[in-house]
Amino acid sequence: MSGVGIVAGFALRESVRRRVFVVVALLTVAFLGLYGLGVWRVSREVTEFGDFQAGVEPDTVAGATLLGLAMFATLFLGAILAVFLTLNAVRGDAERGLLQPIVVRPLGRATFLLGRYVAAAGVCVAYTVFVFLASVVITHLFIDWWPDRLLTPALQMGVAVAVLAALALGGSVLLSSTANGIAIFMLFGAGLTAGLLGQIGEALDSDTLQDVSQVTSWILPFEAHYQDALSEITADSSGFTRYAINLGPFGGAQEFGAFLWPYTVLYLSAIALVSLWAFRRRDL
Amino acid sequence: MSAVPDALSVTDLRKRYGANEALKGVDLRVGEGELVGLLGPNGAGKSTLVKIACGLVGPSSGTAEVAGAKAGSAAANAALGYLAELFRFPDWLSADELLQLHQKLVGSRGGAAERRELLELVALGDVPDRRVGHMSKGMQQRLGIAQAMLGDPKLLLLDEPTSALDPAGRRTVRELLETLRGRGVAVLLNSHLLSEVELVCDRVIMIARGEVVAAGTPAELSHAGGIEITTGRGARLFAQATREDIPRLVRELVQAGEDVYEIRVIRSSLEDTYLELVGGR
Ligand SMILES: Nc1ncnc2c1ncn2[C@@H]1O[C@H](COP(=O)(O)OP(=O)(O)OP(=O)(O)O)[C@@H](O)[C@H]1O
Ligand SMILES: [Mg+2]
Repeated sequence: MSGVGIVAGFALRESVRRRVFVVVALLTVAFLGLYGLGVWRVSREVTEFGDFQAGVEPDTVAGATLLGLAMFATLFLGAILAVFLTLNAVRGDAERGLLQPIVVRPLGRATFLLGRYVAAAGVCVAYTVFVFLASVVITHLFIDWWPDRLLTPALQMGVAVAVLAALALGGSVLLSSTANGIAIFMLFGAGLTAGLLGQIGEALDSDTLQDVSQVTSWILPFEAHYQDALSEITADSSGFTRYAINLGPFGGAQEFGAFLWPYTVLYLSAIALVSLWAFRRRDL
Repeated sequence: MSAVPDALSVTDLRKRYGANEALKGVDLRVGEGELVGLLGPNGAGKSTLVKIACGLVGPSSGTAEVAGAKAGSAAANAALGYLAELFRFPDWLSADELLQLHQKLVGSRGGAAERRELLELVALGDVPDRRVGHMSKGMQQRLGIAQAMLGDPKLLLLDEPTSALDPAGRRTVRELLETLRGRGVAVLLNSHLLSEVELVCDRVIMIARGEVVAAGTPAELSHAGGIEITTGRGARLFAQATREDIPRLVRELVQAGEDVYEIRVIRSSLEDTYLELVGGR
């Protein structure tokens, strides 16, 4: 068994033993149930008022807006998972004396970091993609609408939490648990705020706001992927429908183009290199 | 000289933590199968030295090699077993699972037999399924010693391994260390229990304020303190005399008309030497 596999397996086993996944599963069922209830209520109102808005497809507007809400919540849940699975991986565990017996084994610090990342990112990505797809299906159960794209936004939601997991794991090398958790959630909040500013900027036609949003999203590419995913679900809509979606809280998302993908690879590599460099220098 | 590299070889090792110099040029070696005690007051740099040897801490300068490989390299770490001073194991693992994890990490093929043998050796054979979180501190320390011995290491680095053990546990560990010496395992033992070190170690190294202040066998370090002879006129100390001088001294005293009642060879203990050298008083 490779070192990465041993470390990742150990991290996963800890989550299982500590009942992390049971708690997550229960709360996710509650979340999806609540979402389903919301979609069902909205679907009834859409049927009642649907005919009044000429040129607007009410199912599309309602479906896209609700799924946008679900994606916002999904990203948040994925972020929580990403942060709490990696929060104290290095410094926190070193301070408690848990890390030393493992790192003195002949596996190397790079292997250790990679193993922890594989475990955390694997769980968060699978979780986020699952919740996203479940939200899509729940939306469709009550509203006759499918998103225009399915796999790309699912993947991008996954990549968004993978970026967050990398930030949190890297942060755990430099910061103790509490500081790291606070830092990552603040970055998460900053990203979301920037995204919202961009959407407001789109509605108000403000270039400045959109620029701020763009730059921030490149600095925190989880937000860029999230925005991209949001815009993908209504990629084909146009006219009054598009206009109506853009007015909603999850409309007007920015697009970041194909360069986002190689950029994300570079970004993750940079986090890996900096984390490993800092980890190798750290006295434990 | 044999071609076998020393289990541990440290040359001009220095470690600086900011303005605080924890090690100021330490040289020491632990030969194959040798049992060396590392003594020194709190803050002397003992743990720092051991942590450098197992790659947890990077030296500021100087070199440390384990079985001929640079400290911290995979080859060096594969050759050693380590028990930290302030260690903790995941509380949700059972004793057996912890050993299993470390067997995988160290690439040991010993399987269940090795785990059972080690748990027996540290007197945990009857509780392999007890969770670490439900073990007493001393039991965890025993488990830590078993963990360090997995995979037949060439060098054991034990940082105060008996600090939480009861007297019987300490004796078990002493016997264990002697068994290990028989198998050719080298041990560097950090301890504040001078009597323990005196009993088992082949060699003792004392460090204080980051420097080696004395090194030698326990007998060399607990040097002779003279001969005390009690006669009819009371006790008298011949400070420079050794055991070989006793017949002559007795003859002289008898010839001088004194009655000899008792003769005592005085050895200063390791503790005396220690307190003398590191200035503990
Ligand atoms: N991580 C660290 N950062 C800063 N200084 C440290 C660190 N670790 C140890 N020191 C300092 O290095 C010196 C040596 O510490 P070390 O732990 O090696 O002592 P020791 O000989 O093991 O003592 P003890 O008998 O109390 O275990 C001390 O002055 C200590 O304050
Ligand atoms: Mg110490």
